[in-house]
Amino acid sequence: MSEERDVLPELSIDLTPTLVVATALATMDPTPVHHDPALARAQGSKDIFLNILTTMGLVERYVTDWAGPAAVIRRIDVKLGVPAYAGDRLSLTGAVVSRADGELTVEVRGAVSLGDHAIGTVTLTLPEGEDPC
Amino acid sequence: MRNALTDEELHELAAKQTALGELRGTPAVDPVNVPMIRHWLAAMGDENPVYLERGLAPPAMAQVWTMPGLRRAVKDRSPVDELMAALDASGYTGVVATNCEQVHHRYARVGEVLTPATRFTSLAGPKRTALGVGFFATWNITWYAADDEPVAEMLFRVLKFRPREKKPARTPYPLRPAVNQDTAFFWEGVRQGELRVQSCADCGLLRHPPGPLCPQCRSANRSYAVASGHGTLYSYVVHHRPPVPGRETPFVVGVVELPEGVRVVGNVVDCPIEEVAVGMPLRVTYRPMDDELVLPMWTPGEP
Repeated sequence: MSEERDVLPELSIDLTPTLVVATALATMDPTPVHHDPALARAQGSKDIFLNILTTMGLVERYVTDWAGPAAVIRRIDVKLGVPAYAGDRLSLTGAVVSRADGELTVEVRGAVSLGDHAIGTVTLTLPEGEDPC
Repeated sequence: MRNALTDEELHELAAKQTALGELRGTPAVDPVNVPMIRHWLAAMGDENPVYLERGLAPPAMAQVWTMPGLRRAVKDRSPVDELMAALDASGYTGVVATNCEQVHHRYARVGEVLTPATRFTSLAGPKRTALGVGFFATWNITWYAADDEPVAEMLFRVLKFRPREKKPARTPYPLRPAVNQDTAFFWEGVRQGELRVQSCADCGLLRHPPGPLCPQCRSANRSYAVASGHGTLYSYVVHHRPPVPGRETPFVVGVVELPEGVRVVGNVVDCPIEEVAVGMPLRVTYRPMDDELVLPMWTPGEP
């Protein structure tokens, strides 16, 4: 178990309008700012932007991509920052910050061009021998 | 239309809503199901096989199962709504989510019907934030399976803030008057729409431009009088060149004689240059040059 492997590989996601709209639909969120660019701009936004349910989903996916299918998610705590607009790119980075009795806490940062979109921690458990580190 | 509440009344309402405890909402319309999971996984780009292989919902989907979607009419009664409406009515109309914290007791299984329950947790504020003054409102939602077994919990916090009034920022005018202790009263007057002329506090002589000493009695005690704002054009030049930053040429620089007995330099505006003439009656006008600077100028006008 090396220090180096405590860092999760970066995941960079292109926030295409398709992704913003498809995730809004998949999370049952018909709020217009997540699919209607004209209305989003009229309300002072630069463009349509990710909804919070998607931010939570992407943070979860980022951690399980790394931890593997045996991981069981226990907590996802996210502090929300700047909006993640269509046309931007979300870069997810993370590192293991604690590990005890099969429970791992991973610190995650999701950054876009405007700054931090989401900062948080994900706590998960792994059966013995399944720790990716 | 609701009435605006004081900060104290908002806290009282929050305490009332908190005391309501947990309010059950409507059970999810659809049970946890494979098509919605598959759709969600594809949208998120999540290739974790565990969900479809074992008939489990991705935990971050917890809230999805009870979203009203386009069926707005079935929106649940919630202890949060009344407080949000009261904050809106009290001027805290802006909203931004700040925290979302989920606890997953276990993964929901395909076929289960989840029921949400919401409790209002806390109201903190008013606090000064980067967006404006506002309140942080926090509530918790728990999703229950059959037999009241909690599957997932979520804390959600929003900042309800009073949006700052936004004025379109004007390009700053590049020339600023020299404001010092001799002239500050004059520029303060301009800001208030007064044309102030310095006076000697001892002999009463008016003088302009302002200076430290009375030319008549040598007194350093000064005061000011507010001029009527009328005058006549004593002399003028038409400035063609060189270019002046922030100004379009040609423009007229006039010396205006005030009935109070002093002469003031200023631009003559709102008048075709060929119609500007010595002796013409003028009145003062205050022109905002940018978001901060106002300059007194002169426009044609009978006394």
